[in-house]
Amino acid sequence: MKAWHFSENAYHHLPPRETYDSIRVTLPNRIYDPEKGAALYDRFIDEWLVAEEEGLGIMLNEHHQTATCVDPAAPLMLAALARLTRHARLLILGNPISNRRQPVRVAEEMAMIDILSRGRLECGFVRGVPYEIAAANSNPVRSNERQWEALDLIIKAWTTHDGPFSHEGRFFHHRMINIWPRPYQQPHPPIWISTTSPSGAARVGARGYVQATFLTGFDGTRAVFDAYRRGWRGAGLGEHVPAHRLAYAALVYTAESEAAARAGAEKLLWYVTSNKVPRHFANPPGYVPISANVAMLRGAEHPLSAFARGASVDAAIEGGFMFAGTPDQVLRQIRKLYRHVGGFGHLLIMGQAGFLEHDETVAGIRHFARHVHPALKEEFPDTALTSDAPSAQHAGVA
Amino acid sequence: MKHRTTARARPSWFDKLAMKDDVPKTVMGGAVPSSTIAIAGASLEMFDAGDGAPVLFLHGCDGLDPGHRYVAKLSDQARLLAPSHPGFGRSTLPDWLTEVDDISYIYLELLDHLRLSVVDLVGCSIGAWIAAEMATKAPDRFRRIVLSAPMGVKTGPSDRLDIPDVFAMPEDQVTALMFHDPAKGRLDATALSDEQLAIRLRNRESLALLTWEPYMHNPKLRHRLHRIGCPVLFLRGESDGLISQAYLGRYAALLPDARCDSIAAAGHAPEVEQPEAFAARVIAFLGASTGA
Repeated sequence: MKAWHFSENAYHHLPPRETYDSIRVTLPNRIYDPEKGAALYDRFIDEWLVAEEEGLGIMLNEHHQTATCVDPAAPLMLAALARLTRHARLLILGNPISNRRQPVRVAEEMAMIDILSRGRLECGFVRGVPYEIAAANSNPVRSNERQWEALDLIIKAWTTHDGPFSHEGRFFHHRMINIWPRPYQQPHPPIWISTTSPSGAARVGARGYVQATFLTGFDGTRAVFDAYRRGWRGAGLGEHVPAHRLAYAALVYTAESEAAARAGAEKLLWYVTSNKVPRHFANPPGYVPISANVAMLRGAEHPLSAFARGASVDAAIEGGFMFAGTPDQVLRQIRKLYRHVGGFGHLLIMGQAGFLEHDETVAGIRHFARHVHPALKEEFPDTALTSDAPSAQHAGVA
Repeated sequence: MKHRTTARARPSWFDKLAMKDDVPKTVMGGAVPSSTIAIAGASLEMFDAGDGAPVLFLHGCDGLDPGHRYVAKLSDQARLLAPSHPGFGRSTLPDWLTEVDDISYIYLELLDHLRLSVVDLVGCSIGAWIAAEMATKAPDRFRRIVLSAPMGVKTGPSDRLDIPDVFAMPEDQVTALMFHDPAKGRLDATALSDEQLAIRLRNRESLALLTWEPYMHNPKLRHRLHRIGCPVLFLRGESDGLISQAYLGRYAALLPDARCDSIAAAGHAPEVEQPEAFAARVIAFLGASTGA
């Protein structure tokens, strides 16, 4: 199993929560102090370098108009990391291509990063979370369809080497597409897609891309991975899906003592609890299917939202959103989820959030890398075949 | 009131639609029958009642409720032809349709299909925008036009929205802007069936698709409005928080023969909040020739 250190580059020097309506979209940027922001960038980059030193992969993402993730142009950060690192794989998860108006520009940026890093790019694509819609002024309706057209165009731009081609599609138009540079990796960098819905995962599975899912817990993750496996089989890619096609993102904090682990884990919860967003930004019309909205009006709630209201470390571990404790405890928690969901090959570690200080973040990375990761690599090799989780079996503690 | 009904049974397009989870499963309300008409790849739910001069009625953001009093009042005086816009009510939404402009062409074709060369045209809110687009394209086909709470043009400075951003505020705030009596607009999910809820949500989704960018307007429309030579009545509810008096006046000033009027104790949908006053104002403007 590969492990990746993921940091959202949050800006946590915020006024009291009750003084603002939303941490996203509308929070005035006068709150952002450029000096503090510059120091935070230095710090978060240093933490990624520690991750590389410890043999972990580096993962970053992109959000807009939010204090939760001050990395509104992830390719820029990735370019810096490409030059600061030597051997770590660089995972961007991902490029919000439903909200990028020029897919060809995304293809250029990613090819450039791949060259700069001499082929270390793992290139993720996302539709973008609903709160990105307002910040991007992007139509929330048909954003899935936009994502897939953009992705196909990007792949074609990466893999066409005999001069210009044209694209006149439903959402995008571009004549004379002929990108320089082309990617370092052939035919192109590995492609990742994140989706938390089974219908999306089946489509990703049919293409054989790496499927990542975020904080979907035991049953949600199983549903996503099972759907991926259905899509994979349906497309004739084989009977079994190798573990390296599936990724799970969770909050992770490992420490020598239970008390220290608990303290770090408490701080990590900020990632979930700080996400104060009003409904009109969290659920713009057209972002989720109408049937899901009917269910919500009838009282259904997203498991993560339900969790966030009364978030605790114990509940997070119980729900499969978090792995925290001593190395043995963390290993047991991961093993339990692994078995419940049928297996996966990448652990995306949300290893810094909110008030988790630099020293604490580094300690968490090192403890995990030295005392958990080796066992994970041995027990769950990348090439292991995953399987549909038996539906009757509830997660048993190993 | 007479109804022209061509398809009481489940329409043929239903089965295809029912496969998708974004289309409501049963006919809204169920009380008033509608026919369906296929135009340019869209299946339009069509309400058609009354006798007399034909009036094409284009509903507002919340869709058409054929059981509402204003519908009866208008169809007492005229033949009222009221389609549900593509993506609204039970009408399908073709993949290629992205703009209000597209709907205006579909409705011009609808008039051809119904063999109606000249009609009166009444539109509310987004329906008024569609009406304005239609009339710029075929000004000779409309005798008189009523635009109630119309959107569709940009009249003010670039750093200020002409119409408040209904997608960037809480639902109760939207309701407060849209209704004179917000209690009438509040959503009570428990009072609606899943199908009714689905239609309501789908109406809003289609509204977003059509109005997101440019927000609530077509930059080209203002440069075409001078083509509409017939008399046009611009109406608004006095409590409308979306379409201001000033906006209505600037919009009307782009047409050669337009006048403005308002309805008291009504918001963005005067046809819903003051159906009698709305129908009376429309009937008076459309005039004697609309009588049977």
